[in-house]
Amino acid sequence: MASIDTGGDGGHKKGPGVKKAKKLSTRVDMTPMVDLGFLLITFFVFTATMSTPTTLDLNMPKDIKDKKEETEVKESGVLTVMLGKGNQIYYYEGQLKVDAEGNNFKQTTFKGIRDIIINKKKEVMDRYATAPNPECEAEAKAKGKPISNCADKDFVVIIKPSKDATYKNTVDILDEMTINQVRTYAMVKLLDQEYELIKVTEASSGIK
Amino acid sequence: MGHAKIQKKSTDTDMTPFVDIAFLILSFFIMATKFKPPEPVEIKTPGSVLSQKLPDNNSVLISIDSTDKVYFSLLSEKDQTKFDEIINGINTSQNLGLSPAEISNFRKTVMVGVPFGGLKQLLATDSKEQGSLKQPGIPVLDSATNQLVWWIQEAKKAFAGQKLNYLIKGDGNSKYPAFEAVIASLKRNEEYKYNLVTALDDVPAGSALDKSLKSPAN
Repeated sequence: MASIDTGGDGGHKKGPGVKKAKKLSTRVDMTPMVDLGFLLITFFVFTATMSTPTTLDLNMPKDIKDKKEETEVKESGVLTVMLGKGNQIYYYEGQLKVDAEGNNFKQTTFKGIRDIIINKKKEVMDRYATAPNPECEAEAKAKGKPISNCADKDFVVIIKPSKDATYKNTVDILDEMTINQVRTYAMVKLLDQEYELIKVTEASSGIK
Repeated sequence: MGHAKIQKKSTDTDMTPFVDIAFLILSFFIMATKFKPPEPVEIKTPGSVLSQKLPDNNSVLISIDSTDKVYFSLLSEKDQTKFDEIINGINTSQNLGLSPAEISNFRKTVMVGVPFGGLKQLLATDSKEQGSLKQPGIPVLDSATNQLVWWIQEAKKAFAGQKLNYLIKGDGNSKYPAFEAVIASLKRNEEYKYNLVTALDDVPAGSALDKSLKSPAN
């Protein structure tokens, strides 16, 4: 208890005929109240949902029926990322080449993709440094945007989730775009040829 | 000979300020706690580095659970009549023949995860017992029988002229085709902007985003 009986009661004179009138304390013992208070606090601390959900914006383009309206991108700045089974990523730069001369279809994981994106972005920006585009820079200046926007203008990541990829994989790769500040990326349907290649790679490396 | 009187000090602590603080903190937590609405399905969202807040009003929430079932729910606290508009629209366009009681029950329905055929049964069930009802999910995968398109269309009609957010809340383990089908049904309604509901992750140190966050001048 919070109060300890100290025995001293102020030094009353005690004598043989003096009857002791017991004085009742007016103090209320607060300890159980504190106990209860803190019990409730702990309960509310645990149940409070502090992790409020956040959102990731996703803008999709309109389906284009006219071939002329399609956005063209420079082959040298394109990185195609395909999401496969078992959290695996397959990627290639530029156009897909699977003939004997050179196979650029490669495999990586979510850990490895960040460096690949960074390297590709750096490669595109370095190439821009050797051949700057003054028109674009003038336009950026006029609009009050940083000139660096021109340097990675040609860098485009194309995301192609396969039907074996999970939703988490999709969000993770979109998140990777934010982390590495890829300004241009698109979600595109996987081609049959690419899916076949993924299947073959999966079979050979034993991914289930 | 006079002895100096030693004052006996009380060991009694005054607990009152302690209690005050305890109850102050307690009342704060009571106020700040927002209980999660009961969800018929548990969805574990993947993480993302973005710290944008979730719009919680005037939104259509499309949930995808871990077994790729798709659910439709409406978040409209201010205007409950939107619920009626949507369900009435579905009722007439699909000829479901719902009773007025079933229509009004839609307001309390947290999530709809049944094809149109099962909607009457779902709405006839009391909202408290709907949680235990097995919902097969709204058919979306086949574009010819994609019923989510209808739901979105009715929601769009009900919120005509107002901003309507489309939230997509997917379980991390759900497969991509379900997500793709949800996107496709939104696209068919000419809606191209969505919010994906995620949990908050830390920004990886040293990444481009990390650097730009630290130097806002860039």
